[in-house]
Amino acid sequence: MVENRPFADFFCHLVLILGILLVAFPIWVTFVAASHDAIRVTQVPLPLLPGDQFFVNLKTAFMDGVGNAREQSIGIMLFNSLVMALMIAIGKIAISLLSAFAIVYFRFPFRMMFFWMIFLTLMLPVEVRILPTYAVVANFGMLNSYWGLSIPLIASATATFMFRQVFLTVPDEMLEAARIDGASPMQFFRDILLPMSRTNIAALFVILFIYGWNQYLWPLLITTDKSMYTIVMGIKQMLEAAEESPEWHLIMMTTLLAMIPPVLVVITMQKLFVRGLTETEK
Amino acid sequence: MIKRVHFQPGVLPYLLVAPQVLITLIFFIWPAGQALYQSMLIQDAFGLSTQFVWFENFVELFKDSLYVDTFFRTVFFSFCVAFLSMSLALLLAATADRIVRFSTLYRTLLIWPYAVAPVVAGALWMFMFDPTLGIIAYMLDGFGYDWNHRLNGGEAMSLVIMAAAWKQISYNFLFFLAGMQAIPKSLHEAAAIDGAGPSRRFITISLPLLSPTTFFLMVINIVYAFFDTFGIIHAITKGGPAKATEILVFKVYNDGFIGLDLGSSAAQSVILMAIVIFLTIIQFRYIERRVQY
Repeated sequence: MVENRPFADFFCHLVLILGILLVAFPIWVTFVAASHDAIRVTQVPLPLLPGDQFFVNLKTAFMDGVGNAREQSIGIMLFNSLVMALMIAIGKIAISLLSAFAIVYFRFPFRMMFFWMIFLTLMLPVEVRILPTYAVVANFGMLNSYWGLSIPLIASATATFMFRQVFLTVPDEMLEAARIDGASPMQFFRDILLPMSRTNIAALFVILFIYGWNQYLWPLLITTDKSMYTIVMGIKQMLEAAEESPEWHLIMMTTLLAMIPPVLVVITMQKLFVRGLTETEK
Repeated sequence: MIKRVHFQPGVLPYLLVAPQVLITLIFFIWPAGQALYQSMLIQDAFGLSTQFVWFENFVELFKDSLYVDTFFRTVFFSFCVAFLSMSLALLLAATADRIVRFSTLYRTLLIWPYAVAPVVAGALWMFMFDPTLGIIAYMLDGFGYDWNHRLNGGEAMSLVIMAAAWKQISYNFLFFLAGMQAIPKSLHEAAAIDGAGPSRRFITISLPLLSPTTFFLMVINIVYAFFDTFGIIHAITKGGPAKATEILVFKVYNDGFIGLDLGSSAAQSVILMAIVIFLTIIQFRYIERRVQY
């Protein structure tokens, strides 16, 4: 604080509180809608205070399902999302660690070619190559499977770059010492590099988990089997059903459930999240 | 680039890069090549014969006024999303930088929308603005304004812009706040001694020093609005009414998966790739420059 200006401070708090209200208002409306019964939610105007049906709706959403996805319980969709998010996050970290290790610690023919090939992936997000990638996945028979959901999203230039940056800051003496002690490359990788980049791995994991959980277009194309739906695309199916029979209280309950895991990750691991966000963008 | 000391090369480094290189080849390079190739093919209506036509698909696209409209609509949409969410985030970051008390709490409460999936954000805003039920539509009705984004293209566009900008505020906020905290306090103190008030210091010190952050965020926000907003639009408007909210990515999906016009969809993909490559190069050039000082 540079100077004491009570009015300016008051103004700042006011702006921030208004900002938080603006950011939180949609969630509040969702929560309120999720806590009323079907009849109350279809009456105008909607209530602004929560009702007492929250747990009833929670139970209905889990037991009976919602909308078009009626046969499919929310539990399975949440599980699919979790598996997909974990596979993407862990897979990306694993293959990026390995390739960054190879690129930094070995001098081998075609090293730069591999490096640029990985760099290229930065320029090809799923959205711009949807049709041909879909064809490839279909040819491999990976439609409606966890592999099809996660593998095509696993290659990542940003993670490789980040680990390369981390490895470059590891002092050379570490490697010299390890070699004098007779460590093989993989021993060096496991016993020295991995422990040294632990926080970076955790920070990246937070970001990638959210990325994986929130995937939409890709699961939408790859899954036709209801048992493979993820929660995020399940919501879309419910919205479509809502055009005929609006079950907003259940849809909003599902929306709440779909957003709780990633939001919890952000809030509980805030430090790692901020770190991951700023580091991957470098 | 590489360590001075390194291991003996052998088979091992190839094994280490193999998983990533294989996935890149199979799911990135090969499909991108396919898209390039298909963008120069025309298939007849029954999919029986294909003809190699060089750049005809591209020429057709740019002659097609629908595509050109979509292009400019996307530019407009991205600009609005970037401007709206960045200016709100900058205001919040400037105030959050100033206060000491509760700052962590404020930050926590502001960053979590980052974790909300685009479709979920779409569902939230769709519900609030639902013409018959939505709470905001109801309030607007109270002011005598009849909101219906299902019929009115302008309203549909503003709704998707609001939803997309809302989701991006937290990201911009974090980067602006980090940028502000990196500005040396002594600059502000010196200006305060010379009699400059908070708002004046914001304009003459913070804003100019934030210009690298602003530029970086602008590129990121444009990329976000171009590609990551598919879920929002698909949930709220599906590109309608009457294509009023159809952006480029949505058109690729629509023409390819729904309309099955493979050549045209591939040509659109190639144009999108060119846009991403262009934006990535801008971003990297800027970062290279930032690293130097």
